[in-house]
Amino acid sequence: MTNNSNNAQVTGKTSIKTYRDAINDAIREEMRRDPTVIVLGEEVSGGAGCDGEDDAYGGVFGVTKGLMPEFGRERVIDTPISEAAIIGAAAGAANNGLRPIAELMFFDFIGVSFDQIFNQAAKFRYMFGGKSKTPMVIRGTVGGGWRAGAQHSSMLHSIVTHIAGLKVVMPSNAYDAKGLMVQAIRDDDPVIFLEHKVMYDNECEVPDEQYAIPFGEAAFPRQGKDVTIVAISNMVTHAIAAADLLAQEGISCDVIDPRTVSPMDDEAILESVEVTGRLVVVDEGNPRCGLASDIAGIVAEKGFHSLRAPIRTVTAPHTPVPFAPELEDAYLPNVDKVLAAVREVLGA
Amino acid sequence: MPYQEEFLLRAYRSMRTIREFEERCIAEFMGGNVPGFVHASNGQEAIAVAACIDLSDSDIIGSTHRGHGHCIAKGCDIGGMMKEIMGRSTGLCKGKGGSMHIADIDKGMLGANAIVGGGPPLVNGAALASKTLGTKNVAISFNGDGSANQGTAMEAMNMAVVLQLPHVFIYENNGYAEGTAANYGLGCDSLTDRNAGFGMPAECVDGNDFFATYEAIKVATQRARDGGGPTSIEAKCVRFDGHFIGDPQLYRGKDEVKNARKNQDCLKIFRDRVIKEGWLKAAAMNAIDKEIKAEIEQAVADGLAAPHPDPATDLMSDVYCSY
Repeated sequence: MTNNSNNAQVTGKTSIKTYRDAINDAIREEMRRDPTVIVLGEEVSGGAGCDGEDDAYGGVFGVTKGLMPEFGRERVIDTPISEAAIIGAAAGAANNGLRPIAELMFFDFIGVSFDQIFNQAAKFRYMFGGKSKTPMVIRGTVGGGWRAGAQHSSMLHSIVTHIAGLKVVMPSNAYDAKGLMVQAIRDDDPVIFLEHKVMYDNECEVPDEQYAIPFGEAAFPRQGKDVTIVAISNMVTHAIAAADLLAQEGISCDVIDPRTVSPMDDEAILESVEVTGRLVVVDEGNPRCGLASDIAGIVAEKGFHSLRAPIRTVTAPHTPVPFAPELEDAYLPNVDKVLAAVREVLGA
Repeated sequence: MPYQEEFLLRAYRSMRTIREFEERCIAEFMGGNVPGFVHASNGQEAIAVAACIDLSDSDIIGSTHRGHGHCIAKGCDIGGMMKEIMGRSTGLCKGKGGSMHIADIDKGMLGANAIVGGGPPLVNGAALASKTLGTKNVAISFNGDGSANQGTAMEAMNMAVVLQLPHVFIYENNGYAEGTAANYGLGCDSLTDRNAGFGMPAECVDGNDFFATYEAIKVATQRARDGGGPTSIEAKCVRFDGHFIGDPQLYRGKDEVKNARKNQDCLKIFRDRVIKEGWLKAAAMNAIDKEIKAEIEQAVADGLAAPHPDPATDLMSDVYCSY
């Protein structure tokens, strides 16, 4: 996989890195730079209190592997299975001088901790008249494809995007994952950082040095003039694949990856639609009150006169994520569904 | 003889079925016939059977992500279970749930639960229904040492005491919350003492000993049925495999599992006891072993032959009763 981000300003030495390792790099370097950065969550190291090896997991997907041996259990904290307490501790610590990175092993577990996120962390600054800051990152894995069933496969990004006070970051490749994680840690607001679990082994060229990618700046992995395709997280992979196939037929797609959905780079989307007049939005979330309908709504409201065809969205259906492979495959958006939507807006 | 022969044979059959089912699930998972995640309960059979053996279909249990044993003990059809775990349309949940969300409401099995601590508040609800409707049904939640630290479990225990609900909280303490030691995650020395602090009777038993576990749960269940409110039973036990199948278990001590399989196997302990007491003959149990092997073999064959769901008809169904 190549670097999909044309905003990349790569200088100095680079290495081919996985999405997983890019996030690990970002956290490690920030922890070296800033002693107030801590990591906490279930098995972020693993093996606490056990007789076997230390650092047995490094997070269930291995993203935080190696941090505990370098920074110790004081800064890489294995917690009990207590999501409300994990998020609450992170939010409280963030108000008192630390920059915590809290992990929700599967983002589906926000349900257990949700009050601490949306009633507490998200609202502190506003309720307290701007007198507090909550520099915390909540990492969570999202998305289907692992046959993990309804309670371990949800997206749920639309729910947190709905909440004022939170920032929501959804990197689609290793380069963006590193730069956005650095920004998330340095950011003074609560940031929800969503990692799609099927992308952990995806590789691209990543600078060795630390760099921060500002929030609210889209990336443009493919440029074109016929159709705008907005996609997020793992859906960017499908959008690029579709764009490359369509390019062979002489159809040129402008693929936009917002990278952060709160704040979101509305301008980039509107400017693109001004040229193409056609919009397809690809989102793995459920369709109702979802990000795809939100983006469609923004364009319908602010870019209506640019549109030359109805907007099409490609989303999961309005069901929980099914377990059986045939059903999950049918549930998930894929390249064929993107191709069909593009052809439809082109009237082809 | 303190136990009927029929009861002992039933207990043994149920425990052996769970063992065989789990071991076969592991093999089928490794062989690529089971998608997703599987959390096996082999080693913990005695608790599931001790808790469920006297229950009727109208008594309710709520399970965990490690729920196959509870399903079997509660009487769920193993053929339907195997099909579900393989993601087939004729499975217990039409292939939509899978191992982590397997349920059979008709059998009073309120579901496995992939959210740690997701179960106990729901089981309170089942207990509340029993109390409100006067059905005298009992509700049992299975919890782990991990879910003991969830606010949901603690809130549920407190409310069960406040409302005097017929709810038996069983904590299967297998020493590990996923890959973290129970003695790390539990800040207290004794989970049983902590649970007693909620204001209910709380007892700790050797979960590898079917009889000790059964006797404790029997008292708790009767108390609940008689309107005496909730009880906490902590059953110390051993997880023979990883948190999930494929877990390399680097966190476990050298020879720990080997020694546990040798010395703390609830099935072996049961067999030794009933033979020593002269309650059952080895031949009777060996015959059961053989039957169960064949039953599981059949369940696997049926599972592999079962139809896959059809996305055209099955993906969008069952989301609502009507919409």
